[in-house]
Amino acid sequence: MKVVVTGVSGILGRMVAARLAAERHKVIGIDVRPWPDAPPGVEVHVVDVRKRAAEDVIRTARPAVVVHMGTLTQFTAPTEERERINLDGTRKVFEHCHRYKVKHVVFVGRHTFYGASGDSPLYHTEDEPPVAVTKFPELTDLVAADLFAGSSLWRYPDMTTTVLRMCYTLGPAKHGTLATFLKGPMVPMVLGFDPLFQFMHEQDVTSAIVLAAKSKVAGVFNVAGPQPVPLSLVVRVTGRTAVPLPEPIFRRLLGRFGLPKLTPGAMQHIKHAVVIDASRFRAATGFQHQIDEVQAMEAFRWA
Amino acid sequence: MPFPPIDPEIRERVRRLELPFNRFGYDPYGISQEHLAQFFTALAWFYRGYFKVQAFGVEHVPARGRGMLIGNHSGGVAIDGAMVLASIFLEKEPPRLAQGMAEKFLGKMPFSSEWTLRLGQLTGLPEHATRLLLDDRLLMVFPEGARGTAKLYKERHSLVRFGTGFMRLALETKSPIIPFAFIGGGEVMPTIFNAYRLGRLLGVPYVPITPYLLPVPRPEPCEVYYGPPMTFRGTGAEDDHVIEGYVDEVKARVAALIELGVARRKAGDRSSTVDWSAFGAPSGAHYVSPLCDDASSSAPGSAARAARGARGKGGARRAAAARGAR
Repeated sequence: MKVVVTGVSGILGRMVAARLAAERHKVIGIDVRPWPDAPPGVEVHVVDVRKRAAEDVIRTARPAVVVHMGTLTQFTAPTEERERINLDGTRKVFEHCHRYKVKHVVFVGRHTFYGASGDSPLYHTEDEPPVAVTKFPELTDLVAADLFAGSSLWRYPDMTTTVLRMCYTLGPAKHGTLATFLKGPMVPMVLGFDPLFQFMHEQDVTSAIVLAAKSKVAGVFNVAGPQPVPLSLVVRVTGRTAVPLPEPIFRRLLGRFGLPKLTPGAMQHIKHAVVIDASRFRAATGFQHQIDEVQAMEAFRWA
Repeated sequence: MPFPPIDPEIRERVRRLELPFNRFGYDPYGISQEHLAQFFTALAWFYRGYFKVQAFGVEHVPARGRGMLIGNHSGGVAIDGAMVLASIFLEKEPPRLAQGMAEKFLGKMPFSSEWTLRLGQLTGLPEHATRLLLDDRLLMVFPEGARGTAKLYKERHSLVRFGTGFMRLALETKSPIIPFAFIGGGEVMPTIFNAYRLGRLLGVPYVPITPYLLPVPRPEPCEVYYGPPMTFRGTGAEDDHVIEGYVDEVKARVAALIELGVARRKAGDRSSTVDWSAFGAPSGAHYVSPLCDDASSSAPGSAARAARGARGKGGARRAAAARGAR
């Protein structure tokens, strides 16, 4: 099977590409960042996914599947750049796929789509609206990209579209939003709040994305593995020290004394949980995680 | 060192709870063994020592599988809820954790947000209730809602309007309903007046004002009566008048349990046995609502005949009329 992976040079992109190549699929990667030591079986094109050159890659390669992972969070790019990549990029990828008759597109999105708030349900299902839009303005472009990707289910009925809403990644690669938050030895918490965090080891994340690409299931799917655990436990098991601060003080101290910088929207994610129900994905693909939540935290700690 | 020091008996009971705890003692909803042990250690002291709660008919609460505890608020603050949790945890074998539905404001405030979640008292959302029932948990619901906790002393044995959401939920998830009555909350917190404006300043719905001003609970005895489970059949999509008929049946059961409790109090009856024969079903057996269509086989007598006759066009209305005539 021939697979195009956008955002291939990111940490997760590389892992997905390497896994596909190891399973003897032909992988063609697209990214603005180079990947000089890509393994054999992975061909990397250093082009912008929004530019003509990227369209040419899809046109000439005629892949069976496109895995679109080329989206960014607020931690990796400034707002304008991010909006262009997340929205324009996603739109272009879907248009090219439709034009060149790609059979299956997998959009890799995020579970933060559902937003965090004190009165939203634990275990979000795919049918719920994106509360993130009102609670966390910095996530708007990712929410829009997710909804746009989902709209191709009716826009391009000949094409199989899979929208994945992945929970956080936590593992030895130290990649992702949660890993970034846990980077320092001290982790700030809002006093009196201890939300559940749901994450999966990067090996399982890779398996889930590869499985989605192979199983050709159409629809929107939450993707998660082990049960969520409270932030205080994540901090403890990863060998960090929790620094519980009353909320008004917390806001003032962010970005100083080695504490991470957070936007007001991100504050909600430290006070309240975003937890998803992934049973639909498991039923459709048979996905089973291999690494439990404690192993994932320990793997992150000792990497 | 937690305060109060955890009672080893309570810790043992927490260990015997049949919930899927992980290696660190957290279940998939974030319920924590450590928090439960601390909470129930404190609660057991109130339950046994301070209020001296007596629980009757605990055998009516299913040992496993989904169920809804439906009962009355008896005034003051949510002491009734806490004591029901305690009675299910302390008196059932094996112990069970009843999960209530917390008021929304609790989830937004520090500490209460953390503790309600660690104790499995999730925010009162229909999504939570459905999920917990489908997961075979035991749900505790006060259909009177906040209207019920705000009862004054003189209204302590009365019932205000029951919401109907719980019934649709029970039908949807095919959950048995275990009616219960809590007696004594009015004496514990003899409210003469509820200060709503003061409550708003403090970020809570209201502050109960007692003859001694402060909302401090007094060490009064309380009782809780669990009636035989009630089963209703349907989909949850029935018309309002059908659902209201079912709700009235449950409300009547709760009222009867309150009456039983008040009568025993008046008679000074402190015996540990209760005669359940007035509740139609022998201990442990399910009561099936005669209003439900296919109830005729399991509910003998005239009520079932009325239900049979009422099937078909306008059935529910006639069934309701039959019930009224009964």
